[in-house]
Amino acid sequence: MNYSERLQNVTVLGAAGKMGSGILLLTAMEMADLSLKPENKGKEYVLYALDISQKALAGLMKYIQGQVLKAAEKKAVALRKVYADRKDLIENCEIIDQYVKDVMNIIRPVTTLESAYESLIVFEAASENPDLKVKIFSQIEKNNQNKPWFFTNTSSIPIGYLDKEAGLGGRVLGVHFYNPPAVQRLVEVIKASATLPELSEFVSQFIKNLRKVEVPANDFAGFIGNGHFMRDALHGMAEVGKLSKEMPFVDAVYIVNKISQDLLIRPMGIFQLIDYVGIDVCQYIMKVMAPHVKDEKIHSPLLDQFMELGVKGGQHSDGSQKDGFLKYEKGRPVGIYDPDKKAYVAIADIAAKCDALIGPMPEGFLPWKSAVGHPAKDDFFKKYFMALKVMDSLGAKLARDYAIRSKAIGLKLVSDQVAFSEKDVNTVLLTGFFHAYGPINDYLN
Amino acid sequence: MRKKVYLVGGYNTISMGTGRKEFSPKKERPGLEEYIREAGQGVLKQIGGAANVDECVIGNFIASRFNKQANMAGFFPYIDEGLTFKPCTRVEGACGTGALAVLTGIKSVLAETADVVLVVGVEVQNTVKAIYGADILAAAGWFKERKDGHAYFFPGKFSDRAGAYYEKFGKEKTRKAMARWYVNAIENARLCPTAQEYHNTTADLLAQGMAEPNPKGFVDNLNVFDCSKVSDGASGIAAVSEEGLKKCGIDKKDAVEIAGFGQVEYDITKPPKDPTKLETTAAGVQKALQMAGITKDQLATVECHDCFSIAGIMAVEAIGFAAHGEGPDFVSAGHTARGGKIPFNTTGGLMGWGHPTGGTGVHQAVTIWEQMTDRAGKAQIEIPKDKPFGLSINMGGDDKTLGVMVYKKI
Ligand SMILES: NC(=O)c1ccc[n+]([C@@H]2O[C@H](COP(=O)([O-])OP(=O)(O)OC[C@H]3O[C@@H](n4cnc5c(N)ncnc54)[C@H](O)[C@@H]3O)[C@@H](O)[C@H]2O)c1
Repeated sequence: MNYSERLQNVTVLGAAGKMGSGILLLTAMEMADLSLKPENKGKEYVLYALDISQKALAGLMKYIQGQVLKAAEKKAVALRKVYADRKDLIENCEIIDQYVKDVMNIIRPVTTLESAYESLIVFEAASENPDLKVKIFSQIEKNNQNKPWFFTNTSSIPIGYLDKEAGLGGRVLGVHFYNPPAVQRLVEVIKASATLPELSEFVSQFIKNLRKVEVPANDFAGFIGNGHFMRDALHGMAEVGKLSKEMPFVDAVYIVNKISQDLLIRPMGIFQLIDYVGIDVCQYIMKVMAPHVKDEKIHSPLLDQFMELGVKGGQHSDGSQKDGFLKYEKGRPVGIYDPDKKAYVAIADIAAKCDALIGPMPEGFLPWKSAVGHPAKDDFFKKYFMALKVMDSLGAKLARDYAIRSKAIGLKLVSDQVAFSEKDVNTVLLTGFFHAYGPINDYLN
Repeated sequence: MRKKVYLVGGYNTISMGTGRKEFSPKKERPGLEEYIREAGQGVLKQIGGAANVDECVIGNFIASRFNKQANMAGFFPYIDEGLTFKPCTRVEGACGTGALAVLTGIKSVLAETADVVLVVGVEVQNTVKAIYGADILAAAGWFKERKDGHAYFFPGKFSDRAGAYYEKFGKEKTRKAMARWYVNAIENARLCPTAQEYHNTTADLLAQGMAEPNPKGFVDNLNVFDCSKVSDGASGIAAVSEEGLKKCGIDKKDAVEIAGFGQVEYDITKPPKDPTKLETTAAGVQKALQMAGITKDQLATVECHDCFSIAGIMAVEAIGFAAHGEGPDFVSAGHTARGGKIPFNTTGGLMGWGHPTGGTGVHQAVTIWEQMTDRAGKAQIEIPKDKPFGLSINMGGDDKTLGVMVYKKI
């Protein structure tokens, strides 16, 4: 069975979720593009959008249609060639409409697992629950005569565990997209020890066709992305713990969030990133990682405390940010949660005094937005960190410690053989987290 | 000219679109009627009101698709009630519409059916995304060629021309000249508050202009900076006789005289004989200069139809400022810049000021009128006493419908 045959019958599980919807979109377009190739004329391509929520599926189809339309508009130049033999399609608008129809025609929204029994590929992006995933996988495996391939989007469950528990005989591979899959270019690919090589070969081709970046990671809870992020977040929260002994909690959060964004020149501060991913999701991923990490404590009492208070972060269904550690207005942080008062304190009221504590910006500072596209980026960061290195403000000290810790986390991912190379760690942070520089660098040496 | 005809009372709205600070694709914007009214009233204010107007001409390419609106002449009484029951006409010649509108006004004066003709040109194109706008604008070509054409139909046409030009005369020097054309356009637009690129602050324009074309997302031989943008805008002016001037109480020094014109057409179903030349443009220019009884060396300024940088360079050759194949050298030497031998497109042209298609020909006339009556503000150039002439070239389609005018400073 070649690549294109393999893609003739696919199920996306959890299709209406944050990740599932993006994976569905990408897969649907890849399948439609295959179906439109002259050699595939007449072949049937079927993509089941499987989710338990009927209501969410209705919304999903609307979302997909809108996204396909946008994508079609962007690739109209190529689509004119695809439909060159269709004499009835003359204008861009006609061609774009037809493409949207052709993609939508492939997708079947369904709520029952039986559909997956005929699929050759199952992309799984259901809720992050090991028991649920094992149950679904074994049920499909039992009823599907095609020896289907399972690609799971799990962020933290070891692939080998799923393979063993569900009895998949090596027909499972971690294909870890980043949120949102339609935009994020990074895909971590995780083989279990028994995973069959055909699966990785297929996925490499798939990722290439989607014009995304593949980074292999070892089957170790959290993989590279969360392996780094969770420890990075733990470091930030520990720093808040230390600072809170001398100042109010909200001031400490403000300061650590600010130095992790501005002084480290990252796209967002660490607490904003935790909110973005979701406090609940972070807590959960740590919980799954913890038993697999023997020499470190992957657990945060602070996250537990916030969860108990019902402050969870994450996103609304329209993609806007929910309040978490920080409170947001139009996507910008405007407040910080005080767990004692159970209320948000306005950032405007504390910024000035905290900024004074942080101290001045290092010479040559550029915000992330300008630095990320800097034509001589490496030189820029060398100079920047040189300046940061010799300052003795509180902000500079915290930033240095942060950068050093971030590098150590990266190196440990390599020595623990979660990542295969230092370069892979940097690629994950650069493409998956939009950092302007990799954590493993010599800027502070 | 059988009779003296003057242009007076020019007015341009802002050319609205990406690049303007006040533009956001998501925000609601003025519609056709607002642009028409602003430009029309802008002229009426300068010519003593609607009562002085005998006839009206509106140039519009394709509101029927951009705005689902036809019967455009009906907007004149909307400009001013005083225009009710006056003869109003809409003309169309794709991107060459504006010049046809001005020429129609001029001809009414020549025919003595009018002493004062109000001319407005308008297009509102930001109603659809560029990829659909490309469908609409493709109507300027022969529809039977649409199927085999590029998604971006007209950029595709001029990309093919650019490709042929690269092949014949060298890619490097041509691309450099195209980038230089872009630099001139933006630098001039920065001097004109109504220009779409007025707010442009890019530091290294030349480097930007040199960006490699991206055939996957766009066309083979042009980058986006080689192209005029999508614009909303209107321009207005009045074509008047000697008597008309008196009727409106306008001093001659506030008018520019039409010294000659050349209106020519080429078969829309035929490809250009030589893709490296604008032969219809050349024919129109020759005709206009002949009618005015002058040579190109008496021109102080030119407004040419630079819908694409390569079209600007080919226009330089079509007028005869440079031999075939040497337009790029002429442009790269700075001769078409505002301080050069012959300043082109002093308020930015189509690439810098903007290209509200049906309005462009009128905008060109307004620009020359401004230059010839010392109204161009920061964009003002010197008009030497021994070179009192200006030239405008407005082109519809791929060198098909040409309206060329020669203007004389009074
Ligand atoms: N959100 C992220 O940032 C992110 C990033 C990478 C990986 N992931 C992983 O992707 C997976 C999905 O995460 P998400 O954030 O999209 O979650 P989500 O809650 O947005 O989506 C999960 C979807 O699965 C559906 N579902 C639940 N049980 C089901 C069942 N039995 N059958 C079919 N559908 C079922 C739900 O209705 C929901 O639509 C998880 O494994 C998560 O770890 C998430």
